[in-house]
Amino acid sequence: MLARHHAATLAVAGSRRFTTAVFAAALGVFFVYFAAFSHSATLHNAAHDMRHAIATPCH
Amino acid sequence: MLVRVLLAAMLAGVLAGVFASGAQSLRVTPLILEAETYESGDSHGAAAHADGETAATGSGHEWAPDAGWERGFYTLIANIVVDVGFALLLTAAILVSGQAIALGSGLAWGLAGFLTFVLAPAVGLPPELPGMPAADLGARQAWWLATVIATGGGLALIALMRAPLSVAAGLVLIALPHLYGAPAPVEHETAVPAHLAAEFVVASLATAFAHWLFLGGVAGFLLERALRAEAAPAAKEASA
Repeated sequence: MLARHHAATLAVAGSRRFTTAVFAAALGVFFVYFAAFSHSATLHNAAHDMRHAIATPCH
Repeated sequence: MLVRVLLAAMLAGVLAGVFASGAQSLRVTPLILEAETYESGDSHGAAAHADGETAATGSGHEWAPDAGWERGFYTLIANIVVDVGFALLLTAAILVSGQAIALGSGLAWGLAGFLTFVLAPAVGLPPELPGMPAADLGARQAWWLATVIATGGGLALIALMRAPLSVAAGLVLIALPHLYGAPAPVEHETAVPAHLAAEFVVASLATAFAHWLFLGGVAGFLLERALRAEAAPAAKEASA
């Protein structure tokens, strides 16, 4: 109980953690690419101010 | 698959995106708007201004949000989408590390996110206002990505492995993209006044710092609860 309280991450089996991490990373890369890196002019214009604000390469 | 963990990460991203839009509206967005008034419209410039549209594009014929509420709305959506992405990446790193997570440790992960995704790339590619000269977009994006991977990997070697050799390797990895050098602009002439550019660097880095601490703290808080909820049935089975 004490261990579970202090280490919520470790209480979940490693394999389930790893599968979720791979899925989360893939989804995360997709979202960041879509919003901050896509060369589509429409996406660029919609996300323009955010791209400048967080200093991702723009234009 | 830990669905509650994924949902917690995405909720943290949404909240951080809203926070980012609010924080950016204080200083960062007004500076972007002011810089656009100096854009000449020749390089990538605001030909779009003429027909009432706003964002700087190649030709000005593509769709762009109208100035004011519409533009602010799309910036909010963009902030939310990119932050859901960052929150998922941060969560992936936390899960792989196997470290305990809570609000406090979440702040440390947020700091790591700031160093990885903002400060290290900004050393070579400082935050830029519209209308400022820059190198080829693809080259800058590639350097940005390489720097993020090297910095994130380096920080993991230093903070998670901790052996002297790992720390040394981590430091080398973090330094590598800067020794190689970021793509430099061909020419440095710009109509944007220097004081605006300087103010923007400070404003965007300070805003990003607050934003990453917020993202890390909220993600830590929500992930701790999600992980406990995921672990609870397993613990019950084990004790039964």
